[in-house]
Parts: sequence; C-alpha cells; structure tokens
Amino acid sequence: MLHTVNKSSFERNSLQSCINTIDDTSVILLIEDGVISAANNANSSMLTDLASQGRVYALKGDVEARGISSKVANNIKLVDYAGFVDLVVEHGTAVSWV
Amino acid sequence: MATKKFMYLNRKASYGTVYAIESLEVVLIAAAFEQDVSLAFIDDGVYQIIEGQNTDSIGMKNFSKTYHALGDYDINKLYVSAESLEERGLTEDDLMPLVYEDEDDDWAEKPSVKVVSNAELSKIMSDQDVCLSF
Repeated sequence: MLHTVNKSSFERNSLQSCINTIDDTSVILLIEDGVISAANNANSSMLTDLASQGRVYALKGDVEARGISSKVANNIKLVDYAGFVDLVVEHGTAVSWV
Repeated sequence: MATKKFMYLNRKASYGTVYAIESLEVVLIAAAFEQDVSLAFIDDGVYQIIEGQNTDSIGMKNFSKTYHALGDYDINKLYVSAESLEERGLTEDDLMPLVYEDEDDDWAEKPSVKVVSNAELSKIMSDQDVCLSF
C-alpha cells in the first residue's frame, strides 16, 4: 500500500499514526506540509528505519517550495508528479493520512 | 488615528495552508494604517521566511519575495523563535536576509529579522495591544 502524509509532524500526529499502523511492505510518500518531516530535524528519527529500507518518498516540488532541498535526510527519495503516479500504480491502494 | 501595537503570530508553513499568505496580506493592511507592527515566526511558521523557496513545480505563487517589501512599509520587527529553528534543524543562515532602511540613521540598511528565545518572545508579546494568530 501507498500512504501519503500531508501534515507537518510538528503540528499533527498523522505521520506517527501512519507509522504505527502500516505493514512491512507499505511505503510512505510525504506531500504538501508533510515534506517538513523529510528534513533533518528533531523529528527525523521517526522515519530513519523506514527510510533506510527505501520505503520513504517525498514530493520534490513541495520540498523545493519550502526551501529545504538541501536538508532532506539520507535515504529519503525525491519523486516528481510522474513518480507519484508510478508509486500509486506500483503499490495499489493508496491511503491519505490527512 | 491612534496607533496600537499589533503582533502577528505566524505558526504554519507556507503553501500547505492559506494561513501564511493571509497573514501577510493583513500585515500589509495594518501597515497601510500606519500601525506599529511586529511579526513573530514560531513553530512551522519559521519556514515562511526560509531562503530559496521555489514553487515552480507546485503551481502556486511564490510569495516569499513579498517579505522583502515589508521594510518599505516600516515593518522591521520580525522575531524568530530560536527554539523553533533549532527543533527543525535550521539556523539564522537559512533565513532570507530581510532588511530595512533606518531613516534615523541616514537610511542605513539594517536587518529586520531577530532570532530570540521563547522567553524573550513572551516579553515582547506581553508588550502588545493586539496579538493576531495565524
């Protein structure tokens, strides 16, 4: 499954709820204010394990809009809109953690 | 018209919600009425004034350049929470170099942004007549 998170982890617990709930094959795509969680910061440890397994993506346009391209944590993969579509096709059911 | 001290609290990042741009618009209105305006950037609000925002691929207007105009409206008190920056792995160097020209000092260009602790910010806040939260 593909899980999208669009809220900052500093503001809502949707990323934490998502991480707590998903199975071992699911991937997470951070979009909109969710990309704040892709940057190296005090909440980075939430995603370290999943990112090291190659299961965390962030939408490039949203990262660039927030001026944090140079801060994206190791192992988090940036995708464009076409990459977003590929993830939907590859992982089937999508869940939005709004 | 009597002048009041207005502080605008900015707590959300730009683009994900409308709070940031709405705040900026109201700030400019207050300035047009020649009020004493301060801005505070706390929590995810610090992302509003990060240098190098590029909205080309999300189809939204990059309004970060507008913050550079605040100095011309005599808005030169921009307070940024040191704790909020630190939590987000950011430093003052990541912020836009916003400046104003000081008419009392031969129009010398001076920085508008001041990084302050939350304790200092609470003092500045308690000195205001009106605080508006975005």
